[in-house]
Amino acid sequence: MLQVKNLTKIYEGGVLALDNVSFEVPDGQFLAVIGLSGSGKSTLLRCINRLIDPTGGQILWNGEDVTAASEEELRRIRRKIGMVFQHFNLVHRSSVITNVLAGRLGYVNPAWSLVNRFPKDDVEKAKKQLARVGIADKADQRADELSGGQQQRVGIARALMQDPEMILADEPVASLDPVLAHSIMQYLELFNQEDGVTVLCSLHFLDLVHRYADRVVALNEGKLVFDGPPGEIDDKRFKEIYGKDAERVG
Amino acid sequence: MKNSSPVWKSLKLGLIVLIGLVIYAYGFQVTQVSLDEISSPRRQESLTRVLRALAHPDILAYDKKEFAVNTPVYVPCPAGSVSLPEPDTSGPYMVMTPSCAEPRSDVHVEGFNFEPTTTGRVYFIPPSEVTLNMGEFQTDTEGHFAIDAKIPPRPAEEIQNIRAITQQNIGSPHLTQTAYDTWNKIIETVFLALLATTFGIMLAIPISFFAARNLMKDVTSTLSSLALSLIGWPAGIWLGAQFAGRVGEFSATLTTGPWVDLASILVSAVIVYLMLRWALPQEEQQAPGLGTRAARLLVLFLAALVSVLLLFLLTKLGVTVGDSLELHLGSFSFLGSFVFSLSDILNLLITTLVALATGGLVSAIAGRLGKMVFIRLSGQPAARLAVNMLLGALAGAALFVLVGAGINWFYEINDPQKIYYIPGLVGALLGVLAALLTRNEDILPIGLVIYYITRTILNALRSIEALIMVIVFVVWVGIGPFAGVLALSLHTIAALSKLYSEQVESILAGPLEAIKATGATRLQTIIYAVIPQIIPPYISFTMYRWDINVRMSTIIGFAGGGGIGFLLIQNINLLNYRAASAQMLAIAVVVAMMDMLSSYMRERVV
Repeated sequence: MLQVKNLTKIYEGGVLALDNVSFEVPDGQFLAVIGLSGSGKSTLLRCINRLIDPTGGQILWNGEDVTAASEEELRRIRRKIGMVFQHFNLVHRSSVITNVLAGRLGYVNPAWSLVNRFPKDDVEKAKKQLARVGIADKADQRADELSGGQQQRVGIARALMQDPEMILADEPVASLDPVLAHSIMQYLELFNQEDGVTVLCSLHFLDLVHRYADRVVALNEGKLVFDGPPGEIDDKRFKEIYGKDAERVG
Repeated sequence: MKNSSPVWKSLKLGLIVLIGLVIYAYGFQVTQVSLDEISSPRRQESLTRVLRALAHPDILAYDKKEFAVNTPVYVPCPAGSVSLPEPDTSGPYMVMTPSCAEPRSDVHVEGFNFEPTTTGRVYFIPPSEVTLNMGEFQTDTEGHFAIDAKIPPRPAEEIQNIRAITQQNIGSPHLTQTAYDTWNKIIETVFLALLATTFGIMLAIPISFFAARNLMKDVTSTLSSLALSLIGWPAGIWLGAQFAGRVGEFSATLTTGPWVDLASILVSAVIVYLMLRWALPQEEQQAPGLGTRAARLLVLFLAALVSVLLLFLLTKLGVTVGDSLELHLGSFSFLGSFVFSLSDILNLLITTLVALATGGLVSAIAGRLGKMVFIRLSGQPAARLAVNMLLGALAGAALFVLVGAGINWFYEINDPQKIYYIPGLVGALLGVLAALLTRNEDILPIGLVIYYITRTILNALRSIEALIMVIVFVVWVGIGPFAGVLALSLHTIAALSKLYSEQVESILAGPLEAIKATGATRLQTIIYAVIPQIIPPYISFTMYRWDINVRMSTIIGFAGGGGIGFLLIQNINLLNYRAASAQMLAIAVVVAMMDMLSSYMRERVV
């Protein structure tokens, strides 16, 4: 269970990115985070695993205070939270298998990382994950030789290597075409339903939200403006979330 | 008010032109630009001489043999008519007209059948056998010459001689001594550049991470942790030095043969590996208990002990092996002496390295302890402040006493009150002040402080040319290539660290973020997200620096740094321009070849 309490983030320079945001996510839920660009979606997701340190408020995950965790505790928390990015964020010059194995870094001893050693079990597991996302044959290629959709699958495999209890997906399909978008979203749905992984996914397209999410939270200028099932977003709600000049597309 | 009338504009332009004129006029004066010197015939003559010498590099030469042709003459003409023997016209011969002459009179000397197009001199040889110069000649394509000369004032009763001496090349051309010297020195130069680049890279890579803003800006620390790390560093260095010293003494008492050494090295290597495997499990799901941690620490300590002993044994073995290789390898004895000196240097370095590593370790542990104290006391601001003040005072005092000792080393003040007590007190007060100031602000940007300090030192070092640095190193290690290696290495470290760190700063932030999100530590993030991204630019900058180092190593000898520059400046000072020309040619060839090689490698690798 993830509890976000009064989360506030003010960037240097005074930009208010998150303004007193509170919500709870029960285990196993597929939660979509929507809102305009710059509404604070990315900041919210990054505050949850503290890639960004929040200015105020509290984040509790399974009862543990993420915001107050020491470096050692944070490492143990982060390794249970997989993350998928809009621009995939693979290490281009490394091989696909190395990129996937990087998902185990939270578990392996740093001393062995110095000599680039992963346990045999992890290598086997990495191959299995690649097979699961359908690119087992690409294991030894360089990451930047893959197409966008394939790269995102590597990103998902990397997140799965962490044995995650939760996946934070920051606009995972915004850089992909609609067909690929559905295939990536279907993987997330599969892991959500089969493995019971909680998914927090920020999305742009409402049809994706309707199709995949159990629940939606919407942000506007850092404030939580909607929290409920996707079916409840009617035209009035839509204008509240996206501003009164917005038109529905797709 | 904005005044833009055309008059004002042209006035402004005129003023700018005037100022420009004054600047250039002054420039002419201080740089002593002088057309007189350029056009003076005396200067032009020297220039011609030098350029001609430079166009004849002293590389190939023939063995020379002197060849003399004598013609008997009477000076002055004898009373009666005395006939001179007819010259042998089958070989080279000379005819003087008239065949006898008064002293100081003008004569005409003709030569026949000499070597075509060669030069020589004609001498007058009186009975005392001294040689008196009469003039130079050059033969035409048929071996004929003719000169007008004066008979020297050496009258005698008997027959005297005039002698033509030519030099003849014998055999095929061979390399001169200068060519051999140049070859030896150019080899020295290339290896000087190679070693300097290698040493430079080895230190520049780790330093570049400290000079990269994007890596350092997230490194923060609490005051208690910082203070304890500051105290822990010198304490750890002292401990490490003691530890390594003891182990070194112990290893010296083990007088055994090389085979026993080798066996114990292999055995202890296996032991260390097993200990590391046990104490550093590859993966852990749960945080280990206190007992396990203590046991692991103990085993790690033992592993460190055995590894240090192993290193000492290894260097000892290296010294023995190198020594015997040097004796038995014949012309490859330099390999033996390489093993020998490498082991010897390592042996000396072990203590330093262990001391530094222990310093870092103790500092890290102390820092972690400080952080733990900080977190434990999070509910009690008063206690936290007290601890911060105490630790701040201690660390400040320690830091300032160290700085005081450093200053004392340079200026030899030797007054304990001035160098220890007062700085200690000031440091303690500053530490307390820092504690008071940071009471509410928990996190200090220590990473940025290190970043700025590193940058400052690098900038200062980079502004001093290697040619100047070498002067200090010549005083330290003597004139020769080693001083050049040290100076070039130091400059390479400063320059490459800057270039490298800029590459680290320009890497993509995305992969960094992704790796961090997996729970990777800072070290793992660097290994898996930073290093793969910086390899191509690092290789390319290393090549670039290698080019620069080859160029620099050719002139580092001007200041006593060895290599070909040493030979070149000597020959220039001796006005031996033909030898200097050989060395310049060698430099040009080597630099061009290295350029080609490095651009080829850059294409292949990057």
